[in-house]
Amino acid sequence: MFGFIVRRLLSAIPVLIVVSLVTFLIIWIVPGDVTAEIAGPDATPAQLARLRQDLGLDRPLVDRALIWYGHLLHGDLGQSYLLNRSVADAVIERLPVTLSLVALGLLLSVGMGMLLGILAAVRHNSWVDQAATTVALLGLSLPDFWFGLVLILFFAVELHWLPTGGFVPLTEDPVGWLRAMTLPSLTLAFTQMGVLARMTRSSMLDVLGHDFIRTARAKGMPGWNVIFKHALLNAMIPIVTVIGILTGVLLGGAVVVETVFSLPGVGRLIIGAIQRRDYPIIQGGLLITASTFVFVNIAVDIVYGWLDPRVRDDR
Amino acid sequence: MTAEAAIDAKVPDLAREMALARRRQYLHFFRRLFVHRSFLIGFGLLSIIVVLAVLANLIAPYDPDANDYTSFLAAPSAAHLLGTDEFGRDVLSRIIFGTRVSLRIGLAVVITTGVLGTIIGTLAGYVRWVDGFVMRAMDGLMAFPGVLLAIALAAALGPSEMNAIIALTVTFTPRTARVVRASVLVTKRMLYVEAAIAAGAGHARVIVRYILANALSPLIVQLTFVFAVSILAEAILSFLGVGPPPPQPSLGNIIAGGRNYVQEAPWVAFFPGIAIACSVLGLNLMGDGLRDTIDPRLRKVQDAR
Repeated sequence: MFGFIVRRLLSAIPVLIVVSLVTFLIIWIVPGDVTAEIAGPDATPAQLARLRQDLGLDRPLVDRALIWYGHLLHGDLGQSYLLNRSVADAVIERLPVTLSLVALGLLLSVGMGMLLGILAAVRHNSWVDQAATTVALLGLSLPDFWFGLVLILFFAVELHWLPTGGFVPLTEDPVGWLRAMTLPSLTLAFTQMGVLARMTRSSMLDVLGHDFIRTARAKGMPGWNVIFKHALLNAMIPIVTVIGILTGVLLGGAVVVETVFSLPGVGRLIIGAIQRRDYPIIQGGLLITASTFVFVNIAVDIVYGWLDPRVRDDR
Repeated sequence: MTAEAAIDAKVPDLAREMALARRRQYLHFFRRLFVHRSFLIGFGLLSIIVVLAVLANLIAPYDPDANDYTSFLAAPSAAHLLGTDEFGRDVLSRIIFGTRVSLRIGLAVVITTGVLGTIIGTLAGYVRWVDGFVMRAMDGLMAFPGVLLAIALAAALGPSEMNAIIALTVTFTPRTARVVRASVLVTKRMLYVEAAIAAGAGHARVIVRYILANALSPLIVQLTFVFAVSILAEAILSFLGVGPPPPQPSLGNIIAGGRNYVQEAPWVAFFPGIAIACSVLGLNLMGDGLRDTIDPRLRKVQDAR
């Protein structure tokens, strides 16, 4: 198991190298002069030249790449052009909001997705199956930001049950926090649970066809016990994989959902930076979210190896 | 008649029979496809949307950029079926023209992703020394969650239709390349490929005639889903202001504009979302139908997409 964990961690290195290279190149593909965009139309040529030098943009690309990697290895993601502080601080400060949104979204989408999938599989080819698969596919087909707006309209503007947006820290007011996070996490969950529901359904259908299920039923085990104790546990492995993928999708979705609900997370930081052309923040935000995703996937793989010992030796 | 002449006489028959068999196979495929319920519903939905988008000039009741100075943010009525926006523009007409932009971008992404994904996937699957290198690069691109990479790329390149297509292509090519590669890796080891090589077929011929022919089915299914997610992703880009810029209507930027008036005039933001949902649902249903008909075994692999 230890060797397996080490192997998985090592396999992240090439991925992280590509991720950091792509993030570095983001600023390189910006057409025209970045400094002119940052400094605004009133800047004099001398000011522009100084800014260019300060940002290191006057050096060749390879030099800049080496500097970028040098700083990266020291955990330094650079300075924000406009916030006047280090990128790492700005991003890490906002990470808890995004991660709690993703965690709640994951909880809801795993709950709803697996429930739909199990119902569909157990009542295979009935109207329950139809309804569950339709709801799952419908969720996948809705634009998340739009669904968020619709939820705001209905639950906040019409019914006044929940706030239209904004954030309350968990430590200050847990109830307020939950109220603020309900609609955003519901938006994420409903639009992303479909993949999991479909996977749960097909995996459960697979397992339910096996002899040991018939045996369990034949010996008089109650129906739902058979489904949860025998079928679901055996169907879990592909489901766990999808949960890993889902985490990434939710992280990506959080960027958009935070914007709709005015939550001060990494996503909104990145979108704000895009509007203000604050490239170091865009790069830092991208790098940290992508790395989070890489490590979540490794964690999922380790769980996978723990659930199924065959996986450990395979790779 | 000598034995050889008898064989020669048989050969054209054989060729004709094979052609007939192939045609019967295609017919059988389409017959099964067009009784598949999801496919039919999806096909119907998408057909309506495509007709609306293609004939936008004839169908749209108003010019999508024309301002009606007598009604700003007017509720749906007989004059404006889906109401008007903050500039007095007809929402229905903007949606119809916006659908055209969304479908155009989606189709362009499908084509570029299909071509690039096929080239990269085939190279990786066929040429061993390319595989490790290229697939690590693809893994790296896939490490960016959701459409975050597309957002950043589109933001860096600047908001335009072309740049949205480039950003989405970079985001969706890795998955497509993986699908092609997986299929190439399996086909490459088939006995008939070995036979073709033994018979003296060159690499190009082996790849095109024997290997890619087999990758086509999973590729088509994959591209249907790429079309669907491209429409969703384009809407996100436009909503965030890094897609095709206004005043040209796209489904995402109509919603972005309507968001500022969502309490007074919810129809502006609401109806474009329905148009997106119908297009994406139609494509997803068609993709499911195609997959079930082409090869039900693909379901398990691609459910985890």
